[in-house]
Amino acid sequence: MSFFTEFPSLGRRELADFKQGIDEGFRTFSRAYGEDLEAFFNPLLKFMVWFEKLLTDAPWPLVILCVALLTWLGARSWKITLGSILSFLAIGYLDMWEDTMATLAIISVATILCISIGIPLGILMARFNRAQTFITPVLDVMQTIPSFVYLIPVVMLLGIGKVPGLLAVCIYALPPIVRLTNLGIRLVDRDVMEAADAFGASTKEKLFGVQIPLALPNIFAGVNQTIMMALSMVVVASMIGVNGLGVPVLRAISNQYLALGLMNGLAIVVLAIIFDRVSQTYGKRLQAYRENGHG
Amino acid sequence: MGKHDILPQDDSVDEPKVSIKNLYKIFGDDPEAQMDAVRSGMGKPELMDQTGHALGLNNINLDIPARKIQVIMGLSGSGKSTLIRHLNRLIEPTAGEIWVDGEDVLAMDDKQLRDLRRFKMSMVFQKFGLLPHRTVLDNAKYGLEIQGVSDKEADERAVKWLERVGLAGFEDQYPSQLSGGQQQRVGLARALATDAEILLMDEAFSALDPLIRTDMQSILLELQEELHKTIIFITHDLDEALNIGDNIAILRDGEIIQSGDPQDIVMNPADDYITDFIRDINRAKVVRVRSIVKKGATGAGVTIKGTLSLEQALPKLHAAPDGCCPVVDKNGKPLGAVTLDGLIDALKAPESDGDDDVRYA
Repeated sequence: MSFFTEFPSLGRRELADFKQGIDEGFRTFSRAYGEDLEAFFNPLLKFMVWFEKLLTDAPWPLVILCVALLTWLGARSWKITLGSILSFLAIGYLDMWEDTMATLAIISVATILCISIGIPLGILMARFNRAQTFITPVLDVMQTIPSFVYLIPVVMLLGIGKVPGLLAVCIYALPPIVRLTNLGIRLVDRDVMEAADAFGASTKEKLFGVQIPLALPNIFAGVNQTIMMALSMVVVASMIGVNGLGVPVLRAISNQYLALGLMNGLAIVVLAIIFDRVSQTYGKRLQAYRENGHG
Repeated sequence: MGKHDILPQDDSVDEPKVSIKNLYKIFGDDPEAQMDAVRSGMGKPELMDQTGHALGLNNINLDIPARKIQVIMGLSGSGKSTLIRHLNRLIEPTAGEIWVDGEDVLAMDDKQLRDLRRFKMSMVFQKFGLLPHRTVLDNAKYGLEIQGVSDKEADERAVKWLERVGLAGFEDQYPSQLSGGQQQRVGLARALATDAEILLMDEAFSALDPLIRTDMQSILLELQEELHKTIIFITHDLDEALNIGDNIAILRDGEIIQSGDPQDIVMNPADDYITDFIRDINRAKVVRVRSIVKKGATGAGVTIKGTLSLEQALPKLHAAPDGCCPVVDKNGKPLGAVTLDGLIDALKAPESDGDDDVRYA
């Protein structure tokens, strides 16, 4: 009767061999290709180092001026611009300037990377149902698998540092932009698409002239979500050697420094709010045509 | 910039502009396999019951003359929107032929088809199909943009056509800021701006309220007097069909059941279905004197033209001493005469042959 009370599992030895086989295989792979991969990511690493240095070395008033200018250009709102200036002043006053700059650097790079991969991928998914069938489960895995699990192979391959950190952030932050680009394009009004067809628009003309412009609200929601998710990965990324606001948070956790944790945590929140408001108002501004509708 | 009032070249040739031959469209998983059954006469309901395929178009044959307004009319589900979408191949047929200017549309490759859609046919849609993120001007020049016309010229032509449809001053607005009627004017301007010879209008005015609809019909007729385009106009509204159509084809369950000039359809409905259709129309406005003329007869009243509607002829007949007026055609050639009695007779709606009690029980 033991068949029913104990699950007929793989024997202990076989299981150990099975796991070991996988580990060994990956280690061999990592030994064989680890250096090539590192070389492949080297330009990215150099760019990230350069960008972070740029932000931390620049005189702080200049940085604040740039931030103010960008928020103004994006949101065209005094409230948001003033809010971001005050937030950055407070961050600097509480001595979190350098960490904030480092975080800003990695978030920006991660966002740019996610957008440049995610939007084309989303377009591909909208275009071909088969692509959607294949990509959707991958996105599901990327979003739900605990980040520590994919940190293991990433660290095995690339060691600790900025690049593995960036990869970890991107794996988590990529799915929303892909999903929402796909959704946005699929939601474009069929009547409008038919009209474009009837006037002889080519696939390219339809994509850039009709589908992407009309999908922009959704694409922007995707960008926004991607930024938010990247920010939420800051602490995890700091575990594998990424500088920034995550490092003091990690220190605060292990030493029970309440104030330190709270301050740096709130700095992350502030960054998130600024990014969110700016990208959302910019997205809204792009679709002024939707207002004063007749229905 | 093209002049639009140039008279078309080959007025004498009777060659149809668009010719549809034995066109079938079956919707479903395996349409080709059903063709034999349909060809041997299986109707729409039987096909649905037995195979789960929907018969969209059933052996359509229609020659559409150049520079005329051809109306295709039918109730919803009759296949009229399916039919018009075959002409520029927004829908691919299951079998049959479509010829435009002697060219086989179904043999065209992607590039030729795009050129057909860009230069030869333009389309106006029931739901307007405007690009919501573009201004009125940018919408009107959409077709020109795709044709590759320079920006400056496209602007000029689009502005001109917006003016023609009565939308001067709205260039910088967005479609959502316009009323339905105004939006459809943009749709019309967009279609006319491309200078295509064939204009496909898919229930173009059906979404508009009645007053605006008549308004748009007048605009269309006015433009047509000058442009002489080949217009294929889909509608479910008989009054509209009679108002603008030079020819009318009536579609039911994917089949053309009568095709001809409007007078012909009103005076000689082909079957009960059409008789029912025309029962409620305002015959005094629709029927022309020439349709009820008695050949060889003459009268004491003033001479009237055969193109007058009965309503317009009535006071003149009434004034005639013997209740009878001579009728001439538009060139002044005598056609015969009409009598007051004849006119009153023509106002009566025709009775359908079938037994009403049975049919509506």
